[in-house]
Amino acid sequence: MQGKCGLFFTSYRGEAQIFQSGFQKLMVGLFMLALLAAPLALNIHETSVMNLVFIAVIGAVALNLLTGVCGQISLGHGAFIGVGAYAAGQCTLNGVPFPLAILTAGLITAMVGMVFGVPSLRLKGIYLAIATLAAQLVLEFVFLHGGALTGGSSGLLLDPPVILGFVFDTEARMYYLLLFFAAAALLMVANIMRSRYGRAFVSIRDYYLSAEIVGVNLFWFKLVAFGVSSFLAGVSGGLWAHYTGYISAEQFNIGLSISYLAMIIIGGMGSVLGSVFGAVFVVLMPEALNAVANSLSAVFPGIAQSLVALREGVFGLVLILFLIFEPEGLVNRWRLVKAYWKLYPFAH
Amino acid sequence: MTVVPTGYASYHNCRIMAYLDVRDVTLTFKGIAALMGVSFTVEQGTIASLIGPNGAGKTSMLNCISGRYTPDGGVSGPCTISLDGENLLSLPAHKRTELGLSRTFQNIALFKGLSVLDNLMVGRHSRMEYGLLASIVYWGRAARQEDRHRRRVEDVIDFLNLSPYRHQHAGRLPYGVQKRVELGRALAAEPKLILLDEPMAGMNLEETEDMARYILDIAEEWGATVLLVEHDMGVVMDISDKVIVLDFGSKLAEGTPDEVQADKNVIAAYLGTEQATFSGR
Ligand SMILES: Nc1ncnc2c1ncn2[C@@H]1O[C@H](COP(=O)(O)OP(=O)(O)OP(=O)(O)O)[C@@H](O)[C@H]1O
Ligand SMILES: [Mg+2]
Repeated sequence: MQGKCGLFFTSYRGEAQIFQSGFQKLMVGLFMLALLAAPLALNIHETSVMNLVFIAVIGAVALNLLTGVCGQISLGHGAFIGVGAYAAGQCTLNGVPFPLAILTAGLITAMVGMVFGVPSLRLKGIYLAIATLAAQLVLEFVFLHGGALTGGSSGLLLDPPVILGFVFDTEARMYYLLLFFAAAALLMVANIMRSRYGRAFVSIRDYYLSAEIVGVNLFWFKLVAFGVSSFLAGVSGGLWAHYTGYISAEQFNIGLSISYLAMIIIGGMGSVLGSVFGAVFVVLMPEALNAVANSLSAVFPGIAQSLVALREGVFGLVLILFLIFEPEGLVNRWRLVKAYWKLYPFAH
Repeated sequence: MTVVPTGYASYHNCRIMAYLDVRDVTLTFKGIAALMGVSFTVEQGTIASLIGPNGAGKTSMLNCISGRYTPDGGVSGPCTISLDGENLLSLPAHKRTELGLSRTFQNIALFKGLSVLDNLMVGRHSRMEYGLLASIVYWGRAARQEDRHRRRVEDVIDFLNLSPYRHQHAGRLPYGVQKRVELGRALAAEPKLILLDEPMAGMNLEETEDMARYILDIAEEWGATVLLVEHDMGVVMDISDKVIVLDFGSKLAEGTPDEVQADKNVIAAYLGTEQATFSGR
């Protein structure tokens, strides 16, 4: 929470800003410009990876709000993303305009999430994990056996998003759409976190007995956490479905829930920036593995196949290494590096 | 020593309701009684202390008032706990805060992941009203309210001399400061009644004196009524307007510090240690 040396405020409002110093604002502005210009420099494959990162960022910051900030673990996040995908898909298939479809998907998923969040009033930790795992399994079952609603095992085919007649049918066009949604989701969660809602969530996570004493209605605020988190999960799912143009039940299995948990653990629990780091890391890791495999295949032919087969294993290994050596996530490393440069060259 | 009526009829008919009015509270854990028909009153703007040996039921009584525990009922009829005429027992804990009740805990119960400032801002949770949409947008209504509440919190920070710690994580502060932050969190809620569970426990002499000063000011300048649980008899006898003595879940005595120290039952309960106990530091 410490700003740079010599930073001071003349109003409380200045202190409550997300980006505090002029330097920080400048850096964020430059970064946004770089993001806007990026599709000009990236090839199609790279742009598609960025698009997956944006979708993952929305899902990760959603889960981080629920689990990292409010302390309510969820193993059903993947299924909630699925609910959003099917809901948005059904909307656009029935002629609802795309933006409205995404909003509806968010709201429907929020309601589903709140229903499955009810056990959180009674259950904590591992027991809540089991209850949300049950939600995951129930929803997976519904996805597979939902008849015309979900398309069963053959899934649903969707058209690319259309907004006011403009069709988002290339990677570059999707890039800007997804960038917009990702930035909006991050801003939304960052705002919640500096408001009374965010503080109430943290109070529930840190000491629920005290939370009750300061007047936080535990049940209601846990439900709100489930609702907001699921809303964003639904938006992420709706975007994902329309990006790939195809929904199938296997996409939203327990593996997806676990990879989102991995994102927030690797990136940093309870941190908006950490959610971004985690999403980038988890989406880029398979890409990095492929790159390594390809460059090695000249020397060791056949290594590409075996490395790809090892992917899951490598993923698990990385997660365990993070839990042991960097339990506070990449965002903590980032803070340390920043603190170092702030004092440079006088740091020891 | 005030005469304590014991019969239900005398109790419920002969008294007008006091500011904090606790009547006939009984609480059992799996058949073991922690409180047995305890009644007492606290007048507005005064400091009352609840004392008694370990396990006497002091924390249990605070928990009944704050809503953590629900009393089983009375020995001789229904029990009641009311604050300023409002029945507390019909309200869940978080609603009692809105009514003006606030407390600290025997063991530090801060939000470790939040800064001192945010701990105090959470303390004002029940005084803020903007909704989820306003907080998502964080513009206009939410920003204005945050600003206004921040000013009130700064008053508390000044009062408790917490400004050097404002932006530090609560969990990393020294013990004595954490105790003060917890008092600040309770005070930030603008309580009418503040329950303090052993605020001086584990403090050195200087910190104890500061804390006693704060408690006196809370009653005099902040206009809150204080119900204090404390083992330090010197402090208790010094600053209390009224002392209530519990022993094994029953009330032994209720009265001014002088009356209580002269009470035969109290002396008997503290027998052999009363010299040490009441002599203070
Ligand atoms: N949650 C609980 N479950 C079972 N028994 C309890 C519980 N809380 C309190 N008790 C019992 O009730 C009795 C009173 O406990 P309480 O904590 O109120 O004492 P106290 O006066 O605050 O003591 P101390 O000075 O040690 O804090 C004790 O015998 C205790 O064991
Ligand atoms: Mg106690």
